[in-house]
Amino acid sequence: MPSVTYTQPNGTQQTLQVESGTTLMRAAVNNGVDGIIGECGGQAMCATCHVYVRPEYAQALPDISDDEDEMLDCATAERTDSSRLACQIQLNAELSEIVVDIPVGQL
Amino acid sequence: MSVVIIGAGQAGLQLADSLRTEGYDGKIEVIGEEFGVPYQRPPLSKDYLAPGKEAAPLPLRGPSFFLDKHITLHAGVRALTVDRPERTVKTTEGMLEYDHLVFATGARNRMLSCPGALLPGVHGLKTLSDAEALHMALPAARNIVIIGAGFIGLEFAAAALAHGCNVTVLEFAPRPMGRALTPVMSEWFAGALRSQGISLRLDEGIERFEPGTDGRVAAAISTSGASYPADLVLVGIGVQPNDTLARDSGIETSNGIVVDETLRTADPAILAIGDCANFPSAHSLGNLRLESVQNATDQGRHAARTILGTESPYNALPWFWSTQGPYKLQMAGIPQPNDDILILGDQSEAKFSVLCFRQGILAAVESVNNAADHMAARKLLSAGTAITRNLVESEGFTLKAATREVSLVSPVP
Repeated sequence: MPSVTYTQPNGTQQTLQVESGTTLMRAAVNNGVDGIIGECGGQAMCATCHVYVRPEYAQALPDISDDEDEMLDCATAERTDSSRLACQIQLNAELSEIVVDIPVGQL
Repeated sequence: MSVVIIGAGQAGLQLADSLRTEGYDGKIEVIGEEFGVPYQRPPLSKDYLAPGKEAAPLPLRGPSFFLDKHITLHAGVRALTVDRPERTVKTTEGMLEYDHLVFATGARNRMLSCPGALLPGVHGLKTLSDAEALHMALPAARNIVIIGAGFIGLEFAAAALAHGCNVTVLEFAPRPMGRALTPVMSEWFAGALRSQGISLRLDEGIERFEPGTDGRVAAAISTSGASYPADLVLVGIGVQPNDTLARDSGIETSNGIVVDETLRTADPAILAIGDCANFPSAHSLGNLRLESVQNATDQGRHAARTILGTESPYNALPWFWSTQGPYKLQMAGIPQPNDDILILGDQSEAKFSVLCFRQGILAAVESVNNAADHMAARKLLSAGTAITRNLVESEGFTLKAATREVSLVSPVP
């Protein structure tokens, strides 16, 4: 089963094993991971599931769509080169493991 | 102190959550009519119905939320009566005492009353069980008739197209999504839906449904007398606020539960939030009742502060979205019939925005496939920035660039 590790701003980490096909946002909301809200339910509409992907996983990520790109520009926390919306990243055979950092604020 | 919240949807749970975040340490009890874990509704008409997807509801909060935050959820329980002098709520499970009572009761689907409206194969879409039924029925459906070209009807139309169905939409009004959108956006969508292969029948209502030999719905007969084959029907003709309990308790209702700018009813111990609340808004020309996630969550956050003693007016900018196949529709602010309209972008490329000016100042923006415009509009309108039509028409203007310039003088919170 793919695994995802969420790192809180204070450094604490939580690792979840999830079904293939699950998005990082859904896994977080399903399991009550703090700091990922997903208010729009995963449509790239609200930018409240912003995460920073650790660089070693960058290569396995899907491309950023125009919509995601534009939403990230307007996320509450600072956008960096590793910023993504957790609702747009799916765990699967190609991306079976990932570590992300959660920003200080989503709203 | 004790807060009782009737309704375990987006508004009710946000309020419970925000009360804790704001430091309230008293009792919080949430009454939810549905059994099980409270879930998000927006995906039910979108991802949940997409072909080949294993549908699973998305919970509103994680599994340990209620335990961690010391919030009691009474699931599968109905509130029956409110005794305001005694400050108690009688439920199907017993009596709850409150110091503050909050109606977060949402809305229910309007129902058709025409002949055949109860035939098997005629569906509504509001709850998880509605969505489950449609998820099961869609793969086998061929001819789909949708009553109502509102958001739910058209999101469902997109899902039905993706399943390879023939889709007919009957709308008695002259344009789709007519209550919410400007005529120019509404008419653009009419063309876009038709070019996708949806048969959009405007100015045409439903007269009756006819069963086949198996007793299930087989045809929809419209007000024009036309007969459309239908093995699955979706009725999406809007909702009615759940305000009966409040009205029976002597609280004023008028298209929803009437509240003031702090979201309190005339009884200071009772508030109403979300789809069921009718509130004064600086963003429209009068009182409003909004059916949106943004309104539910922002009012939940605001009501927490009201309960804890902050007397500030609710004035969050309304925003909304709908996903219909290849089209992402996003709105910020509330268009009014007399607004002055300007189009930015390219309608033929399905990437544009409709700007609405009131007294010469930008007041609302509708966007298709243009998240940058939408997010910028949200920033500008929330900050109360006066964007004039002249400025928008000046060389090289974009909403996004405007956010950078105006943020120097008017920081966005």
